[in-house]
Amino acid sequence: MKQLLTFIRKEFLHVFRDRKTLLMLFGLPIAQIVLFGFALSNEIKDSRIALVDYSKDAVTTRLIGKIESSHYFDIRRSLASGQQLDAAFKRGDIKMAVIFPQGFGDDLIHTGKATLQVIADASDPNQATTITNYLEQIVTDYNAELASNAPQPMQIVPEMQMLYNPELRGAPNFVPGVMALVLMLVCTMMTSVAIVREKELGTMEILLVSPFKPVYIIISKLAPNLLISIVNLFIILLLSDIFLDLPVKGSIVLLVSCSILFILTCLSIGLLLSISAKTQQAAMMGSLMGMMLPTMLLTGFLFPIENMPLPLQVISNLVPSRWYFIIIKRVMLKGLGFGAVWKETLILAGMCTALFAISLRNFKIRLQ
Amino acid sequence: MITLDKITKTYNKGQVEAVKEVSLEVKPGELFGLIGPDGAGKTTIFRILTTLLLADKGTATVNGFDVVKDYVKIRNSVGYMPGRFSLYQDLTIEENLHFFATVFGTTIEANYDLIKDIYQQIEPFKDRRAGKLSGGMKQKLALCCALIHKPAVLFLDEPTTGVDVVSRKEFWEMLGRLKNEGITILVSTPYMDEATRCDRIALIQKGSILSVDEPEGIIRNFPVELFAVHAANTHRLLKEVRGYEGTDSCFAFGDALHVTFKGAVVADGQGKSAAGGQGEASGLLPYLRAKGLEDVRMEKITPGIEDCFINLLKN
Repeated sequence: MKQLLTFIRKEFLHVFRDRKTLLMLFGLPIAQIVLFGFALSNEIKDSRIALVDYSKDAVTTRLIGKIESSHYFDIRRSLASGQQLDAAFKRGDIKMAVIFPQGFGDDLIHTGKATLQVIADASDPNQATTITNYLEQIVTDYNAELASNAPQPMQIVPEMQMLYNPELRGAPNFVPGVMALVLMLVCTMMTSVAIVREKELGTMEILLVSPFKPVYIIISKLAPNLLISIVNLFIILLLSDIFLDLPVKGSIVLLVSCSILFILTCLSIGLLLSISAKTQQAAMMGSLMGMMLPTMLLTGFLFPIENMPLPLQVISNLVPSRWYFIIIKRVMLKGLGFGAVWKETLILAGMCTALFAISLRNFKIRLQ
Repeated sequence: MITLDKITKTYNKGQVEAVKEVSLEVKPGELFGLIGPDGAGKTTIFRILTTLLLADKGTATVNGFDVVKDYVKIRNSVGYMPGRFSLYQDLTIEENLHFFATVFGTTIEANYDLIKDIYQQIEPFKDRRAGKLSGGMKQKLALCCALIHKPAVLFLDEPTTGVDVVSRKEFWEMLGRLKNEGITILVSTPYMDEATRCDRIALIQKGSILSVDEPEGIIRNFPVELFAVHAANTHRLLKEVRGYEGTDSCFAFGDALHVTFKGAVVADGQGKSAAGGQGEASGLLPYLRAKGLEDVRMEKITPGIEDCFINLLKN
């Protein structure tokens, strides 16, 4: 036991003395959360838009006032004619134009219905969809206001160029994905170099020619990585709660236990890589190429798995992060209990046990 | 204490023969040297004996244990210092030593006596990281780590490679002291001049043992008389001596040439007095002077291990 503790202590010393790697280990999740949460957020502020009012009545004035008061738009009024609009779009001066046709207010009052023309610059489809959505929201609000005040039904219909993009996702969906990705990468990459490094240094020769049991070597290698990953997990949860307004809705104990199970699974993958690889570089490349892409693509947080061709759907079942992603979404976002995730947890536990057993079997007690 | 019986080991699916039918015996308490150039198969033999590699053919035992069946017992009882510096570069001297002591189930204090002489030399730097040590200090630390659990057998693979002359000398003095503690030591080295420090040596080349004997015995068995030839211009001298028809072999050693001659009586190995005659030695000096070489001198010398090694290779 004392041997094991000393070995684990040594592994911690390795980790803490390698400042660059340490910085990367903790910097990566923070950077990812910030990137996905803020920088890559779908919220777009101060988009330049043009408002063209051919009607100039009470209704259009009120609606324009509402649009102006939202912080989403930066309004250019100087554009009057169709040609000017066209030129402004081409120069990229405006992202969207909102046109109130002549007699807009009259139409609304007399026929109970008026049409609003919205043209958006679709060269950046995501942005275009987002800003038209904002506008639609404002119009919907105004409609509701009208409905509550007027005796007969009145409705303004924005005539959109684009349809709502159902795949457009926000920060809530990114956080579980980032958690899966970060834990997967950090765990497999750190562990993948752990044993192969001893082989490269030649220290493995001494360790093998010692009373120390191979399983102890493995446990000692995993211990610091497990701890670092758990710290990372809490950093991510804390960041998403404080900055992204995404607290854990379900049981934190359940979430953390499931996460530890997932971490152990990833550590086992790294272990297997480390045992099989000949050099640190090969192990690193293996964990990057072999883990990064499948995790990104087959987890379901960038591309929905249901839309994939059947062979890919089958393969995605083998990616542990796919199951973990489901677990966090249910526990963290929807606040569901163990009853909702027991199947996924069982699958992860099975994967973890199998991978660890294979690693232990493949651990070479001799050179070559 | 250590036996090898017709051990053969090949790499790359039999294409490279690293060790060919090597048989050896190391007695208890012996300081045994495995002497040979790089690539002779020394490290392979060490790895087979330390149970790190499996031999293709043959059997070997260490301390009475079979290297294949009883590998766990061997691993518990031997000390091994691999050829490459194999300690943790990012740990300090003390941390390395403490780590290896604990892994081997002992403490620094328990066996401090054994390593004291060596450790005292590096103790002033005990908080320095191993990666920042000089070559000699690294080897001393590695030796301390290999010794800390008081092994019955110590395997040292090229412990003095890359170490300065002074440290090499100190290192061999330490090995002598360890031998006095009763530890059996198998050591390998590419430096022929270190061979005389061993009780017995095996000369090895291309995976085969050329000769096993005490260093004096190997020197005694040098079959003919050996001469050192000097001249002002060593480079030209080498050319001319090789051109002399009575020359049997001629190699440069520093600024001298070591020469044997054809027609020398081959010794029967029963002592130096009976050893071979001079052969065609007498004709060399006049020949060289006739070729216009200046300051030519020649004297009879006692061969070194390296001379013996070259001579064995030739046959």
